[in-house]
Amino acid sequence: MSQAVEKYRNTFLREVEANVEEGQWVKMCMQCGVCSGSCPLGPHWEHPPQEIFMMIRANKREEVLTSSSMWFCTSCYNCIARCPRELPITHIMHGLAHYAQRQGLAPKELPTAKFAKRFWDNLLKKGRVNELQLGLQLYFMNGLAEGIKTSLKMQKVGLGMLKTKRMDPMEALGGHGCKDIKGLKAALNKAKQIEETKAAKALERLQSKS
Amino acid sequence: MADKKFAAYLCKGCGLGERLNINQLAAVATKEGKIPLIKQHDLLCSSEGVALIQGDIDSEQITHLMIAACSKRAKTEAFNFENVAMSRANLREGVIWVRPDTEAAKENTQEMAEDYIRMSCAELKYMNIPAPSQEQGRIPHILVVGGGITGMTSALEAAKAGYHVTLVEKTAALGGMAAQLHRRVAYQSPFKDPQPTGIADLAKQVQSHQKIKVHLNSTVADTSGAPGRFAITIAHESGGTSTENVGAIIQASGFKPYDAQKLTEFSFGKSPDIIDQLGLEALARQANGGPIKRPSDGKEVQKVTFIQCAGQRSQTEGHLPYCSGHCCLTSVKQAMYFKDANPEVDTLILYTDLRMPGFGGENFYRSGQDKGILFTKGQASSVLPNGGDLTVKFKDLILNEEVEDTADLVVLATGMLPNSGIDIEAIPLKVEEKKAGDSASEEPVAASPPETLVPVESVLNLSYRQGKDMPQLIHGFTDSHFICFPYETRRTGIYAAGPVRRPMDISQAMEDATGATMKAIQALENAALGRAAHPRSGDLSFPRFRKEGCTQCKRCTVECPFGAINEDEKTYPVFNEGRCRRCGTCMGACPVRVISFENYSIDTVGQAIKAVNVPDESSEKPRILLLACENDTYPALDMVGMNRIEYSAYVRIIPVRCLGSVNTIWITDALNSGYDGVILMGCQKGDNYQCHFVKGSELAHIRTSKIDDTLKQLNLERERVQTYEIAITDLARIPQIINEMETTIQRIGLSPFKF
Repeated sequence: MSQAVEKYRNTFLREVEANVEEGQWVKMCMQCGVCSGSCPLGPHWEHPPQEIFMMIRANKREEVLTSSSMWFCTSCYNCIARCPRELPITHIMHGLAHYAQRQGLAPKELPTAKFAKRFWDNLLKKGRVNELQLGLQLYFMNGLAEGIKTSLKMQKVGLGMLKTKRMDPMEALGGHGCKDIKGLKAALNKAKQIEETKAAKALERLQSKS
Repeated sequence: MADKKFAAYLCKGCGLGERLNINQLAAVATKEGKIPLIKQHDLLCSSEGVALIQGDIDSEQITHLMIAACSKRAKTEAFNFENVAMSRANLREGVIWVRPDTEAAKENTQEMAEDYIRMSCAELKYMNIPAPSQEQGRIPHILVVGGGITGMTSALEAAKAGYHVTLVEKTAALGGMAAQLHRRVAYQSPFKDPQPTGIADLAKQVQSHQKIKVHLNSTVADTSGAPGRFAITIAHESGGTSTENVGAIIQASGFKPYDAQKLTEFSFGKSPDIIDQLGLEALARQANGGPIKRPSDGKEVQKVTFIQCAGQRSQTEGHLPYCSGHCCLTSVKQAMYFKDANPEVDTLILYTDLRMPGFGGENFYRSGQDKGILFTKGQASSVLPNGGDLTVKFKDLILNEEVEDTADLVVLATGMLPNSGIDIEAIPLKVEEKKAGDSASEEPVAASPPETLVPVESVLNLSYRQGKDMPQLIHGFTDSHFICFPYETRRTGIYAAGPVRRPMDISQAMEDATGATMKAIQALENAALGRAAHPRSGDLSFPRFRKEGCTQCKRCTVECPFGAINEDEKTYPVFNEGRCRRCGTCMGACPVRVISFENYSIDTVGQAIKAVNVPDESSEKPRILLLACENDTYPALDMVGMNRIEYSAYVRIIPVRCLGSVNTIWITDALNSGYDGVILMGCQKGDNYQCHFVKGSELAHIRTSKIDDTLKQLNLERERVQTYEIAITDLARIPQIINEMETTIQRIGLSPFKF
């Protein structure tokens, strides 16, 4: 695609359909704006879902994928519950964020992205989320000083959880995993492979068109 | 005429017996009403009660009977007697249900009931049994004007119902606009793809039907007569004429497309690649399922942009202010032409509001989205030819930004203009009205004709005194109430169907055609029996006039909303019973009061008004006259009663056929007889009228607005006469208005005309 991107073409829409979870629903949006009106974070997004959908249809690939908007989604599911066209908006938002991440276009230094990354890596290790490790990682995410400060602040809660046996301090050392970690990793690898093939195919098609 | 024999029946059911002194009421009917035969019954609407009345009719040859029971709108099936004149005193909904059941209220309530007895007796005295006129004819033949999809559907429906049909089409072929289409919008489940129009098949059916006679290249040169006996002259292009007698007419003259040349901002005409929707249909027919090519250089279209509401829904001069209703669906259909041939083609629909009417409309929209049609809420500002491509500028209303986009082809969704024929109310009639005096509107009539008048050909060429075509309401569409009375026009027996009465798509036009056909059949059969058409279906009475008294003022012929009255060579009115809807607007208009119906006349109402016992000033009991339109106000009043909402005991209510039938003499008479106030209640008037006789309420409002002179002459306050527009739902408002009048009278004092 050497020349300027043509607007209001189906190009990016097709890319989204091929690569983004539930992306085939984007074209069914009828622009009523109920999702934007229902979103509790609505006023804080740069582009609420209605606009994101319109931007996809307006062929604004860069703007959509580099946007921080879909990273704001807290999965409250208000939009899904209210969408008159029954679009799985929450899933599409996460799908877009994920796709942007895969394409290396997602904005850096997003707290939600950081959290997601740590969550995922943590999960991948033993097939189970180690809450103590994840919590500590998040405390010290922005440096030692802030980590100590946060830990002290949470001291009372932590001790309370210890006392009621809600937290096992030994988990910090390694923790327990799921039964078949190998099988899980194999499944995840297969999923990744499928996704990559799909993306490659889509790219091929896009290039052949332009 | 046979002697009148009177009888009165008083009902004691529904609490009437407990709440009212029935013996006293009977005495009033005997002494004041002079009714010789009076009977009381515990439940008059029971089979026993009905048998009692029928027995008297049979054995005593009763011709006129008064029933004092419930509202005239209640128990109509029980009190349905043949060949008698009947008046009903409304003691239930009109008296006991709207009055408190207290000892203190008893006296006024009883007075109210006695007055209704007096009024009913007086009315009955002046009623006659309507006899059928000698005008009837039954011609089981329907004329359909227009051979488009509406006209053809009408013709087939009528023929299938057993009626002969003559179809007149101006062009050389049947099919009309729909014949120009490649496909039509999906009309059958699952509403996913454009479907064949089926026009050729329909035309074949019409042409081969033995009951349908098709005249191509022909127009209607003259229409005269009335429902049941219209005489039609058909002019053929070859020069000859033929005549046909028909019972009813369906006007399906369709629409013409808006002239897109007016849309200079979209450069229509500057490039062959900027077309309207009909233009695209032609391209699609050419392509016939293959890729659509643009006209300028034959290149296969890769990107097409549809601009919705082009020159429509806009207040800009020269644009259409209304929505044409079909264009959104049509654009989706046309975008599918591209997508179905090649899914890689980019199709963009720019809209401000999408509207997908009809049964499968939303499904069709979804299917369009599913096929990958792009929809953008956007306002197009310009289209410019730019070498090979077109540049489309628009504002994306979702993203709130100005966009400059390119396209191979631009399709403008322009609107539809009705083929209504001549606007008969445009200039000549207003001049007439001015001459007629008080019916002219207040603002001066524009003397010069509006801009450049393109000569419009008449569709029906009616030889009616009121003009050659049917009256229009707004934007040039033939007047036909969208919601309450579709197909009904202001010319009885002539029905409008299809886009001539409002913008619509094929499915709606076909529905319209069926509806109008049913109306036409009804009208024809009613006319054969001398009965009125909607809304007084079945009414046998019709206006009679006393020629000796007529001053040829023409007011009746001008004001008749239905063009029922012609003029003879000496400008005396000539009533056409078949065309008449029996509203009585002529009776209300007549300054010398020579027009009346057998069972509804200046006297039946006038005498009822005068029969009321007006107490003298010392009693401090005012009397208020309420003339209530029986279409909406009277039913509303009944509902007020059913809901037991109380109102003043000083009001006396008389139902009228339409507020238009109210002759100002009734108001003058009432004031002269000592009434303290007069209220008139009719339906909503104007462009959004609810008046069942279209113009009646409006005319009444104009007439009563001039009553001030009369009041001044009588030295009375202007507040004593009030006119209101009432809807059937105004249950709370009506009692308020009545009570307010009582308060007003308390404030300004009783009328000095009590005797």
